[in-house]
Amino acid sequence: MMGQGRLAAWAVGLAALVALPFLYRDPYHLHILVLILIWSFAYTSWSMMGRFGLVSLGHGGFMGIGAYVTALLWNHLGWSPWIGIPIAMVTAGALALIVGYPCFRFRITGHYFVLVTLALSGIVLQVITATRDYTGGSLGYTPNRASGNKLLALQFDDKTTWYLIALGVWLFGIVVWHWVDRSMARYALEAISEDEDAAAAAGVDVTAEKLKITLLSAVMTALAGAIYCQYQMFITPDTVSGIAVSLQMVFAAIVGGLFVSLGPTFGAVITILLAETLRIGFGTKAVGWDNLVYGVLLVLFIIFLPKGILGSLLDRLKPQRKVPRAHEQEAVQIARPGT
Amino acid sequence: MQAFLDIFDIYLLEAVINGILLGGVLALLALGLNLIFGVIDVTWICYAELVMIGMYAMYFMVQYYGVSYFVAAPLTILLVAVLGAALHYLVIAPLLTAPPINQLLATGGVLFVLQSFATVAFGIDFRNLGIRLPVLAFGDMNFSYARLLSFLAALVGMVAVYLFMTRTFTGTAIRAISQDRQIMALMGVDTRRIYLITSALGGALAGLAACLLVLQYDVHPFVGLSFGPITFLICVLGGLGNFIGGFIAAFLFAEIISLGGLFSDLEWGYVLAFAFFIVMMFIRPAGLLARRR
Repeated sequence: MMGQGRLAAWAVGLAALVALPFLYRDPYHLHILVLILIWSFAYTSWSMMGRFGLVSLGHGGFMGIGAYVTALLWNHLGWSPWIGIPIAMVTAGALALIVGYPCFRFRITGHYFVLVTLALSGIVLQVITATRDYTGGSLGYTPNRASGNKLLALQFDDKTTWYLIALGVWLFGIVVWHWVDRSMARYALEAISEDEDAAAAAGVDVTAEKLKITLLSAVMTALAGAIYCQYQMFITPDTVSGIAVSLQMVFAAIVGGLFVSLGPTFGAVITILLAETLRIGFGTKAVGWDNLVYGVLLVLFIIFLPKGILGSLLDRLKPQRKVPRAHEQEAVQIARPGT
Repeated sequence: MQAFLDIFDIYLLEAVINGILLGGVLALLALGLNLIFGVIDVTWICYAELVMIGMYAMYFMVQYYGVSYFVAAPLTILLVAVLGAALHYLVIAPLLTAPPINQLLATGGVLFVLQSFATVAFGIDFRNLGIRLPVLAFGDMNFSYARLLSFLAALVGMVAVYLFMTRTFTGTAIRAISQDRQIMALMGVDTRRIYLITSALGGALAGLAACLLVLQYDVHPFVGLSFGPITFLICVLGGLGNFIGGFIAAFLFAEIISLGGLFSDLEWGYVLAFAFFIVMMFIRPAGLLARRR
């Protein structure tokens, strides 16, 4: 249970976040904040299954589906994103079930699961590129500007509106995270990530539990993709889908810390600020330097600080608050057969 | 009608043979990845990026410095082998006792590093070797000479690895380690040395693949993404660490891609391959040749 003090801290923090765009209106900084909130939501969605040892590198695919299905329905059929986004989420969920079911049913874990999901995001990227007559291929895609009702088209010009939307979506993600954290499913999934056989013997329906969390995570990631598309009004296969995006999610979640609710958010703040600083620092003359430094830092992180910044900080602040579970010793633990 | 059928069959046969030729290179890639996985128990997510660096090395040696292709190829293989050993020494070795997923993600970080390094150093232009090999006409069918050459070289490479693994002491030690990591150290085998050699060997295979792929494809910093995922699928389908399974799976996938490409775009061949993969996961979840546990 959350204590009174913590609840008050959350309320004050939220009030400050809501008030922010009305007090401070620098468009560039607001833009960065919106991006951080949207990506935080995506990273939180990833961490919901990632924290239980289900390391998916396929979330780039789900995000791409969210963005492209929404945009395609709007441009080609004129369907409002209010209908398009739910359809996109259902599509991503269906794909998650199709890939997830055989994986979980036949105990595909560890390296295998990572590689299968990795291939999934690669394939989504290929499909978007292959259907270039509709999706514009690797050149990117722009949803048509709405001529009529802005609300119906979910297109807004001012940053404040987007900031509040992104804040709401992000908050939704955090609430779901806490909801899962306090549910029975969490204990079942933790048992599964420690030892699948033992969990199954104790009466946990391993396949169903894994499928549920995967479905939730995939659907939320698709929502993140759709919101990102509506905000940026320009998507390319490389920015919303594919292996790079998937890896980016995993890294941000790990850098922030997987086992605390604000960890992925913290990771998003750090990685996006870092990327922006590097981008501005190096300027346009040296494309790629930012990613080079980013990549090196990520490797160093995994080697030297696998529990993430926020996770490690919290450990320092609260020594031995509880006996750490075995799987929290690792950046991400994957269930290994036979251990 | 009869004429139509004839043409169709010729195309079909051509696609089948082209698939076999493509399968050679895919099998080579899968072999390298399987070797690393089988022995060190690590998956190099950045494997295709090592190939990309090798392709750039070939491009610069042949195009800029005018080195002959057959001199540049061994140098490239050596370079990527050194890269593979360095990758193991710098990234994997410090993480050997860490959970496997950390090792895997660290190589994902290396993927970022290699891609952006290539972007910084070489730009994002598509480059090709400028060598246009003749097209072989065989009856009514046309085959690219480059593909035939790649296929043969890939076969030679695989036979060489097989001989190395079965006929030399080091190769035997590598196979032994893949069976039991702990015991081999007690038997007086320096596991660190074996790991380094294996990594270098895996790198060398990536280098060989680079020399062959550069004949057929343009090189750019993101070229690894176009054959990386398919290599992973092949390894999983064949059973990670299972050399023969990987070999068969490579040819299966190559046929699907090639035949899929016959009816539609090449990208749709990949999509078909993925659909096939999902179906196979239901039928043989632990790999093509897996025995039931």
